[in-house]
Amino acid sequence: MNKREGEACPRKNADSASDRDTNANPSSPVIAAFKVFQQELDTKHDKYERLVKISRDVTIDSKRTIFLLHRVTSVPDAEDVLKEAEVKLDGVRQKIGQIAEELRGEDIYQFHRAFTPGIQEYVEAVSFLHYIRHRSLISLEEINARLVFMRAEKGGAETLQPGAQVLTFHVTPSDYLLGVADLTGELMRMCISSVGNGDIETPFQLSQFLRQIHDGFSYIGNTGPYEVSKKLHTLRQSLGKVEDACYALRVRGSEIPKHMLADVFSSRTTLMDPEEGVV
Amino acid sequence: MWKNRITITLTVSFGASLLQDIRKVVQTLEQAAREILTVLQSVHQPSGFKEIPSKCARARELFCTVRTQITDLKTKFPMEQYYRFHEHWRFVLQRLAFLAAFVVYLESETLVTREEVARILGIEVVREKGFHLDVEDYLAGVLIMASELSRLAVNSVTAGDYTRPLRISNFINELDSGFRLLNLKNDPLRKRYDGLKYDVKKIEEVVYDLSIRGLAKESESGGDK
Repeated sequence: MNKREGEACPRKNADSASDRDTNANPSSPVIAAFKVFQQELDTKHDKYERLVKISRDVTIDSKRTIFLLHRVTSVPDAEDVLKEAEVKLDGVRQKIGQIAEELRGEDIYQFHRAFTPGIQEYVEAVSFLHYIRHRSLISLEEINARLVFMRAEKGGAETLQPGAQVLTFHVTPSDYLLGVADLTGELMRMCISSVGNGDIETPFQLSQFLRQIHDGFSYIGNTGPYEVSKKLHTLRQSLGKVEDACYALRVRGSEIPKHMLADVFSSRTTLMDPEEGVV
Repeated sequence: MWKNRITITLTVSFGASLLQDIRKVVQTLEQAAREILTVLQSVHQPSGFKEIPSKCARARELFCTVRTQITDLKTKFPMEQYYRFHEHWRFVLQRLAFLAAFVVYLESETLVTREEVARILGIEVVREKGFHLDVEDYLAGVLIMASELSRLAVNSVTAGDYTRPLRISNFINELDSGFRLLNLKNDPLRKRYDGLKYDVKKIEEVVYDLSIRGLAKESESGGDK
C-alpha cells in the first residue's frame, strides 16, 4: 500500500521533528502542548508494540503445543505427551502474565488488537488439551481461572506489603469464541489422523462433539462479533469433513480391512489439506 | 431443551443490547453535531463575517444539549469498557472536538486545549476519571479544523477581509510544526495528518496572492515565504 518513508524509519521521523523543533518557537503554547501529546502517543505506541511482541511469542508457543498434541494419537504413552504439553502451556501462561503486567491499570480493550491473536491461539491450545483429557469443552471461566498471577511488589514496597500482588488476565468472550472456532479445525485433523491409526472410535466421538459446537455457534448466529460469523463457515466445512469420514467408516468399515481403511483416509487428507490454509 | 451444555458454554454476553442503546444516543449526538455545524457554516458567507461572535454564542448554547446527551451516553455502559465501544462514538467525538476547536478559534484565534474541549463537551481528559477525550480523537478534531480554516481563508478574501488569511497562515504553520513533533504510526490519524500539507499549501497560496498585489496590509514575514 502507500507506505511513506516516515513509517519505515521512525528514527528519521524523530530527527526531522527535532530539526523542525529549532525552527519553531519553543515557548509557543501550541508547541508545548504538542510536546505533551508526543510523549503520550509514544508511550502508548511503545506499550502496543511490546504487547504485539509478547502476543507473537504466545502464538508461536501455543502452535507448537498444538503440534505436540497432534502426536497423541500415534504415541503409545499419551500421558507423557499431555504432561509435556502442560509444561509448555505453563510457559505460555507466564507470557500472558507479562501481558497482564503491561495492562495493569489500563483498559484491556484499548490494546486488545495487539494481543488478540496470541490469546486466541492460547485458547485453542488449552481447549485442545482439555478435550483430549476430558472429552469436553473447557469453559471461559476455567480458562480465566488459570490466568491468575502472583507478582512480587517491586522495589522497597516489599517491606510495607509482605506477600505478592495478585494479577489476573481475563480472556474476552469474543477471543474465547474465536479460539474455540479454531479448535474445531484441529479436531478435524485429529479425526483424520486417528482414522489413519486405525482408531475408529474417536471419529464418532469427535463428530458428535463438533456437531454440538456447531449447534452452539449457530445459536449465537450473527448476534456475536463479526469475526465469529466468518469462522462459522470454516467450522461447517470441518464438520462436513468429519461427518463424511464417519459416513465412510460406517459404510465401508466392515468391508475393508483396517490397513486399507487407513489408506482411504490418508488419501482424503491430502485432498483436504490445500483448503486448510489457516491453522 | 435442545440447548445443550456446550451451547450454554458458548453463549456468553456480547452486550448486544448495550450496543443498541449506545447507537441510539450516538445518533442524537450526530444530529446535534450537524446542527452546530450548520450554525458555524454561515461564517463562510460574506455577511457571516460580522456575525462571528453571535454565531459562536449560538453554537455554545447548542453544546449544552451535547453535554446532556453525553451524560446520557455515560450511563449506557460500564466505564472501564470505554475502549470496547470506542469505535461507536469515535467519529462523532472527533466532529465535536472539531466544532469546539473551531468555535474557540473564531472567538480567540488560538488553538483550543484538550482540557478546554473536554470542558465544552462535559467529559474528562484522563481515562481514570471516566468518559474521556482520547488524545488521538482530539488531534483528529484539530486536523478537521485545519481544513475548515483553509476554506475560511479563501472565503474571507472574497468577503474583503484581507488580514485574516495572514493570521490563519501563521496559526496553521504553528499547528503544522506541532504535528511534526509527533511520531505517528501508519494509522488513521497519520492519514489525516497527511492532508494537512494541502491545507497549508492552499493558505500559502492565498497569502501569496494577497501579498503580490499589496493587499496584505500588515507586512508580515509569513507573507512572502
